[in-house]
Amino acid sequence: MRRRYYGGRRRWEFVGMTRRELYGLLTGIIIFALASLLPLVNTGYGLSLGVTIAMYTVLSTSWALFSGPTHYISLATAAFFGLGMYVVGGGLEMYPFPILILIAAGVGAVLAGFIGIATLRLSGVYFVIFTLGLAELIRQLVTWGQTTLGTSSGLYVLTNIDEKMIYWQLLVLAAFVYLIGWWINRSKLGFALRIIGNDEKVAAHSGINTALVKVLLFMVSGSIAAVTGALLAPRWTYIEPTIAFSPMLSFLVVIMALIGGAHRLWGPVLGVVPFALVWDLITAKFPNQTALMLGIAFLLIVYAIPHGFIGLGEKYWAKYKVWRDRA
Amino acid sequence: MNKFSFHKPLITGVAIAAMAVSISAVSAETIKIGASAPKTGPLAGGSTVSYWPNVKLWVEQVNARGGIKLKSGKAKIELIEYDDRTNPGEAIKNIQRLATQDKVDFILAPYGTGFNLATAPIFAKFNYPLITHTAITDKIDVLTKRYPNIFFTLGSTTAFSVSVVNILKKMRADGKIGSRVAMVNVADAFGIEMANAARPVFKKEGFEIVYDKSYPLGSPDLSPVIRGAKASKPDAFVAWSYPPDTFGLTAQAKVQGLNVKAYYTAVATAFPAFGGKFGKAAEGILGAGGINPDEAAMKKYFAAHRKVTGKTPDYWASGMVYATFQILEKAIEGVGTKDRKAVINYIKNNAFKTVMGPIKFKNQNNEKFWTVGQWQGGKFYGVSSTGRPGAKSINAKPKW
Repeated sequence: MRRRYYGGRRRWEFVGMTRRELYGLLTGIIIFALASLLPLVNTGYGLSLGVTIAMYTVLSTSWALFSGPTHYISLATAAFFGLGMYVVGGGLEMYPFPILILIAAGVGAVLAGFIGIATLRLSGVYFVIFTLGLAELIRQLVTWGQTTLGTSSGLYVLTNIDEKMIYWQLLVLAAFVYLIGWWINRSKLGFALRIIGNDEKVAAHSGINTALVKVLLFMVSGSIAAVTGALLAPRWTYIEPTIAFSPMLSFLVVIMALIGGAHRLWGPVLGVVPFALVWDLITAKFPNQTALMLGIAFLLIVYAIPHGFIGLGEKYWAKYKVWRDRA
Repeated sequence: MNKFSFHKPLITGVAIAAMAVSISAVSAETIKIGASAPKTGPLAGGSTVSYWPNVKLWVEQVNARGGIKLKSGKAKIELIEYDDRTNPGEAIKNIQRLATQDKVDFILAPYGTGFNLATAPIFAKFNYPLITHTAITDKIDVLTKRYPNIFFTLGSTTAFSVSVVNILKKMRADGKIGSRVAMVNVADAFGIEMANAARPVFKKEGFEIVYDKSYPLGSPDLSPVIRGAKASKPDAFVAWSYPPDTFGLTAQAKVQGLNVKAYYTAVATAFPAFGGKFGKAAEGILGAGGINPDEAAMKKYFAAHRKVTGKTPDYWASGMVYATFQILEKAIEGVGTKDRKAVINYIKNNAFKTVMGPIKFKNQNNEKFWTVGQWQGGKFYGVSSTGRPGAKSINAKPKW
């Protein structure tokens, strides 16, 4: 333990972390440790729900890594997710699974890099529309590739990887995403991103290479989505383009992140958990009216908590502080 | 206060008690059956024609009979149904919920190849028999070895494409068509697999593929495909197509006057909506699947299906979906208990009478299935099968 002096004020520090950061880290470790015990308690329905929650946590959090600070709404999650799935589906007979995960990460990053270079110089709406079309584009390319190569396009992923292992793999990935997010937030890169998000012109005038920063972050986000797809391929067993590149996934990821709050690292998970549970309740209780009930749930959320759960929490926290200081 | 008022609660009480007694007498035992398939999403169009009406029909019929006969008495079916939203993740979750939360006694097979394969590990883990009705794959060997509880009924990809070639071969031998084949396929799982299986067989049998094109799934304009096919002057037209393009291609072929003696479109040709849309123009069109609609059992099934669900079943998968429910019912009755392992063994070792005819599994696979059908006089008749009796003879297609 070291103590440093900042302009005469003494601050408590542990390997470069403030007390608040250390508490955050410890809380995170405890939550992850508890979450990793789930497969020992329940290997049935609870675990299935756990896999879903873990998957959306990874996807939404990695989405928010890029879209949170920059305010670029990306609808390309399904493109990366499906690509990762196809890497595993297509390569399973040639390479061992861990290598395929790395390949998926690489392919996702490269694709995101290309898209980033091509589109991130554009702003706002153009980017949203492009990313929406991207999943469809990749789907057509994959199908075209398969037609020309002459393999069957439904791919079988028959492995011995069970749900328990997939859950743990996703947890590890989630931990990795949080660490990256935490590191980015306290690095120059994160600082640059926040400036870009607030005002891109100011950022450019301050000498920040805005295009490079955005592309880098987009690559991280895309790579993680591709790895998530790769990890889930053994669970789906049979992969078809229409299902692997489903645009619904992209929308759900954005919605969950926004419900939680995309401007904080731990915001999306606060959206994912209640959303997954409500979604599940709707499936169980109203099997014939899922779309209707989902619509009603959305309306309620938009009206009741427009800034996400985090926004709600922060609002009341601010009120509490005012009240406390007055008292 | 009315002087008779004290009677009211008394009468109500007696009535409730009587009802309770009668209910408990009827529902002495129930058997919980789970079902999960798309009610929304891309596959909902197919499952609401071929799957859900059959679930309703079967449950109503069984319960009208008093339930499934067990050793301990008749057990009425209590159905628990979920929507998988055409999402494998949801399908897995639904089957898990049925198995571990609802603790159902049996689960009906999900709809579509991918969903059966994605949920197969859970069916296997909890020893639920998985009698698939809408799964077509060339991996039957691998899958049945992997899962001792899975059963296939609808057939394999190769069998479907080979039998189309065989039909053309027969028509050629009868002097109805020549050797020029125009082949197109939808660029998706099913279409690619079929086209790849068919190509070498056509060549081997001395057919000349004069036109070979694929088109993306969901193409709104199929006129270039038909124009190209027509320009190649084929004797036969074969399309490995999915529901939207089966309709689109046929509409275009009619408009552009693509007149061939053998015209084949794959999935959805057997839908009643196909016959409904094209009416007399559908005459002579070949398609995947088929049944024998003149068989007594099938006629009875069609009538019951219309009466209970208000819809006409399709001429292929509907009957097979219902047949798998019949197999499950007979197997449970044969065992006489809800012992799932015993039911799986019973299915493996016994023959079953179904609306599709007798079914006996060999290595968990039904080897006798319809492969090609043809619209003849407003009905879709099976004209080729792997060992099913009652195939009609094939007609040359008249001009549009």
